[in-house]
Amino acid sequence: MKKIEAIIKPFKLEDVKEALTEIGLQGMTITEVKGFGRQKGHKELYRGAEYVVEFLPKIKLEVVVPDDKVKETVDAMVKAASSDKIGDGKIFVSSIDDAVRIRTGESGDEALG
Amino acid sequence: MDTIIASISRPGILKRFKKIPLKLSLLIIMALFMLPGAAHADELDSGDTAWMLVATVLVLFMTIPGLSLFYAGLVRSKNVLSVLMQCFAITALASILWCVIGYSLAFNASDNQEAGVTNASSFVGGIEYMFLKHQDENTLGGGGTIPESVFITFQMTFFIITPALICGAFAERMKFSAIMVFVTFWLLLVYAPICHMAWSGDGALFVNWGVLDFAGGTVVHINAGIAALMACIMVGKRKGYPEKAMPPHNLTMTVTGAGMLWVGWFGFNAGSELAADGVAGSAMLVTQLSTAMATLTWMGIEWIKHGKPSVLGAATGAVAGLVAITPASGSCGVEGALAIGFASGICCFLGATTLKKMGGYDDSLDAFGVHGIGGIVGALLTGVFCSPALGGLGFDGEFGMVEQVTAQAKSIGFTIVYCGVISFVLLKIIDLTIGLRVDEESEAQGLDITEHEETGYIL
Repeated sequence: MKKIEAIIKPFKLEDVKEALTEIGLQGMTITEVKGFGRQKGHKELYRGAEYVVEFLPKIKLEVVVPDDKVKETVDAMVKAASSDKIGDGKIFVSSIDDAVRIRTGESGDEALG
Repeated sequence: MDTIIASISRPGILKRFKKIPLKLSLLIIMALFMLPGAAHADELDSGDTAWMLVATVLVLFMTIPGLSLFYAGLVRSKNVLSVLMQCFAITALASILWCVIGYSLAFNASDNQEAGVTNASSFVGGIEYMFLKHQDENTLGGGGTIPESVFITFQMTFFIITPALICGAFAERMKFSAIMVFVTFWLLLVYAPICHMAWSGDGALFVNWGVLDFAGGTVVHINAGIAALMACIMVGKRKGYPEKAMPPHNLTMTVTGAGMLWVGWFGFNAGSELAADGVAGSAMLVTQLSTAMATLTWMGIEWIKHGKPSVLGAATGAVAGLVAITPASGSCGVEGALAIGFASGICCFLGATTLKKMGGYDDSLDAFGVHGIGGIVGALLTGVFCSPALGGLGFDGEFGMVEQVTAQAKSIGFTIVYCGVISFVLLKIIDLTIGLRVDEESEAQGLDITEHEETGYIL
């Protein structure tokens, strides 16, 4: 199984969530984060004191999927989260050793979904 | 006439006038009431009293929560409670100090005070009014048409807000205990005497000089502004200022507070007439116009200079206009209001930006930039726009404009020097004894936790 972490623009969350449910994913976790890559921040001005705000609000979306669903999931995320502008975000795929469902104690791929 | 007769023709009501024809006696009664001064001096007027009760409430509202919210929103979230606490605690502290001796020092006009004579009583009052024992529910005060208890409480709200204003200068780094000690001595050694000099009547220093200060350009704003400047210099800059970003954490709070200040200020200015009359009405009108003008001016400057007007600018502009019109509110007219609003918009904008950068001091919430500069501008322009030729209500006594502006300048200069020196001495003594500032680590952690063991937002 693999963890797929996507850092996306906040307004894209609904689109990505719908795209993932369409391919059969039933769960995900999101965190509100800040970050920057190539996207420039913005200026704020308070009574003549100017600040450059470099860290921009983003959403980090995490899902853990069986190995055979990784490509489908990543493709869906890329399609839904893209706005063709700098700052659309990145996706990271990493290996997961195990997953356990707390209620039943199941582990492995049965614990996912 | 017939309607009036019909409405009062209850049996017995005009028993005494049975022998005089009814219409004639009514005419006599009505004529008597139309004589000038129907609200006789030194007789309780319920209209004046009702208004002054409300004005008192409005001015207290300016501090809690008006100024409190205005300031609290401007600091970083880790210090939000410290600002609210300072305003709240000062409200309580100043109230008691006023009762104990503040009112006496400010408004006790001894027999020594004589029009045109400058002696010790010109500078400060005596202790006869300590603990307010000299008055009861029947005593009249102020202009003579309201209970003294109302006058005392009304003036108390000014005594409260002035030190609260100073907090803007040393926000986010001064020790709470040091603030309480400073405020106690400052109120009694600076505010009360200056208040006495401006408002204790004949023989008071500024009155002898012919100064016009309707609602506290010197007493409140220049006083607070100069003390603020002294304090922010002596307490020192916040760590990281000015390179580190310290933007306001909640401008919605700040703008809410600004609105409360604007509304409450009608109690401050119109209430300073101590009566419900035409001058109060005029004060209300010019207050609104000056504030509106200053708001638009500040917005305009930002729009031109930075390309976008900001809500912080609009709110600050409003406060600048309110500050500047304060001394002029009882003596200027529409022209004066618009001019003072415009001038204060420009001068306070420069005071809060250019002047602050040049001076290198960390006047965190622009207490000097807005209240100090605005108070000075307003007090000076009071001398100009009280002129009947410019729509004003008239100079003091036999003055012309030159004499009036000179008198204004004298009171401004005196207040600056007196307040500046005593504030410096007080701050120095406190620094050498209990210390003015929290340590670096506490400042980084935030005063809410380190001074009050509380967190403003548990989200």
